[in-house]
Amino acid sequence: MVATDPSRVQVAPAARVALWRDMRVRGIAAQILTVGAVAGLVAYFGHNAIVNLEQRGIATGFSFLKREAAFEISSTLIDYSPASSYGRALVVGILNTLLVSSLGIVLTTIFGTLLGIARLSTNWLVQRVTGWYIEVMRNTPLLLQLIVWWDLLRVSAPLPREAFNPLPGVFISNRGLNISVPAWNEAYLWMLVAAVLGIAVTMLLGRQMHRRQELTGKRFPIFWAGLGLILGPPLVVFLCAGAPVELDTPVLQGFNFVGGENVTPEFAALLFGLVAYTSAFVAEIVRSGILSVSKGQTEAASALGLRPSWTLRLVVLPQAVRVIVPPMTSEYLSLTKNSSLAVYIGFPDFVSIANTEANQTGQVVEVIAILMAVYLTISLTISVLMNFYNRYVALVER
Amino acid sequence: MTDLAQSPTQSLENGPPGPALRAWHWARGHLFNGPVNTILTLVIVYAFFRVVVPIVRWALIDATWSADSDRACQAAGGACWAFLGSWGRFIIFGRFPYGEQWRPALVLVLFVVMLAVSARPGMRGRTLIAIWLGGIVAVAALMWGGFLGMAYVETELWNGLPLTLILALGGVGFAFPIGVLAALGRRSKLPAIRWLSVAYIELIRGVPLITLLFMASLMVPLFLPTGISIAKLWRAEIGFALFFGAYLAEAVRGGLQAIARGQYEAADALGLGYWQKTCLIILPQALTISIPSIVNLFIGAFKDTTLITIVGIFDVLQDANTGLNDPAWRHAYVEAYATIGMIFFAFCYFMSRYSQYLERRLRRSGTGPRRQ
Repeated sequence: MVATDPSRVQVAPAARVALWRDMRVRGIAAQILTVGAVAGLVAYFGHNAIVNLEQRGIATGFSFLKREAAFEISSTLIDYSPASSYGRALVVGILNTLLVSSLGIVLTTIFGTLLGIARLSTNWLVQRVTGWYIEVMRNTPLLLQLIVWWDLLRVSAPLPREAFNPLPGVFISNRGLNISVPAWNEAYLWMLVAAVLGIAVTMLLGRQMHRRQELTGKRFPIFWAGLGLILGPPLVVFLCAGAPVELDTPVLQGFNFVGGENVTPEFAALLFGLVAYTSAFVAEIVRSGILSVSKGQTEAASALGLRPSWTLRLVVLPQAVRVIVPPMTSEYLSLTKNSSLAVYIGFPDFVSIANTEANQTGQVVEVIAILMAVYLTISLTISVLMNFYNRYVALVER
Repeated sequence: MTDLAQSPTQSLENGPPGPALRAWHWARGHLFNGPVNTILTLVIVYAFFRVVVPIVRWALIDATWSADSDRACQAAGGACWAFLGSWGRFIIFGRFPYGEQWRPALVLVLFVVMLAVSARPGMRGRTLIAIWLGGIVAVAALMWGGFLGMAYVETELWNGLPLTLILALGGVGFAFPIGVLAALGRRSKLPAIRWLSVAYIELIRGVPLITLLFMASLMVPLFLPTGISIAKLWRAEIGFALFFGAYLAEAVRGGLQAIARGQYEAADALGLGYWQKTCLIILPQALTISIPSIVNLFIGAFKDTTLITIVGIFDVLQDANTGLNDPAWRHAYVEAYATIGMIFFAFCYFMSRYSQYLERRLRRSGTGPRRQ
């Protein structure tokens, strides 16, 4: 073999490629063009917006948040009056949205899981009834369902004077639900502290006893110990404080109830509607999660002599949860976002208050920017929390 | 369950079981297996007689089918379907000129036919595009009119069910190119394009649809040069398209991720450029895989069109409310909402069944491309 002349081995000359065929140059050009087009569009819209706002005499900026809101809000969690600022009104709205979404998420999880299990029942009637419930809920618009709940609560419920009184201190009427609550006492705060301490001790003890069981095989009745630890101390505090129970009971005065805690029909309709609607989707997720655990797992567990209840708790559910958590996250997110339909039935949630402010002040751009920022924060928080949980339950692979 | 296991031997001794015996065995296996299930069955049967029977009585037996106002219905104590006789047509077509309402009716028929034709498996992409382009022109011509003796009708008067379908189909239709581009952008190797796509998708998916509709109805007029305005309907359509585009992007991304790496590499080996590779090799496969999710998305879009009531556009819900504001029919709200519910249920139920069928079909043929 004659050694090849190194000068004859040709490396493809990079410079030979025309500039407009070079992948790197093309990539950069495409990016510059896209970013330029987007920036241009934004600049054009921004310019138009500034011109339009000037013509209408609307000042830009967020200083309007400090101005007096001058509108009523029907249900608030914090002190608010029409003399409060626009900023505070928005906070009232955010809290209302958070309240209805967090309650909704908890109730939906419980109700949806029950429905999903019922959908797999061996009882033919239970299976069919839940099946139809799920189909009807999933295939009709949520807004329509909310309106029906609202009308049921407003129009079909009795007047305050003829309020339905199922339990002493509980009144259901077209003004919503009026219940008696224990009047505030400082002892309650300490009871709460005691309960939180109890939960912390129980968690530590549980971890310790779990480790002991793994080492020695000795079991510890952590459920009963935990129950005692969580319920005991608050009870002791309650008794030491002299068992303060002073009820704040709703009383009929004129056309409405005074005192006690009031749940407005708007809030109840929104909560019922969201829970009833989202549960149907959650039920399908739970059902497919349980079905995804192969039958061999159940059979293996019973071959090992595990009781059916243990099989469900220790074998099936932990594996089903892995499948359930990711789609569940998006249901929680959509419940939170759907709570914005409150604006139609007049519950003062965040969107409804923001919309009122946009109409009053004309500061549309700012209000929408706040809306987006707040919803993104809520969505991201839920996603991050659920991702943590997902990592906790996910299969640990080697 | 043990009773069921024993039944064959029993029947062998006594000859084949009669239908009554078989029904009894079925009931023992499916309704009365165990104490909990027996209680549940009894509760449901009781609830059936307490709830469903009165509803049927109300809806059919005690119902009033023709009357001038809801007072006659209240006397009969049943449903007031007479309300639909007076307002049913308004709920479907809204304020579209009364004499011309055959036009939106024809549009409804056209839409149903086009949907049915597209639902047939094995339709070729090009035929479909041709059918839909033709359909859109026909729908636009019928709705606007202004020729061949048809009076011109402005978009403000396009109400009711045709509007719902136009918004849902139009919204998803306009969202389609946005969604596909955003999905491709999200998987692009070019950082600026990837970040822009991610920002768009996540920003939109993080906020409720109603915010986008408010944005479209309040902010679009601000963004346009002074003196130029767009009709409410198209503003809502922009909001819908932006919203569904982000969700569609995620559906398409699911399809893109399911494509084997070898497909990209084979296309590269053949020397195809990016757009050739994407349009000829990748997208046809990815879109086929994402069809069920796109159908599900469309069901959501269809239900979500009711939200435009909030920004003051006359869809079926708003039409029904107009009817309920008529002093003669103030109490007929259950009937009105039940009717709308049934319309939506009919559409959505069939579409969700269709999407389940598509999913089964796809699973049977594997995730790869289908030859047609």
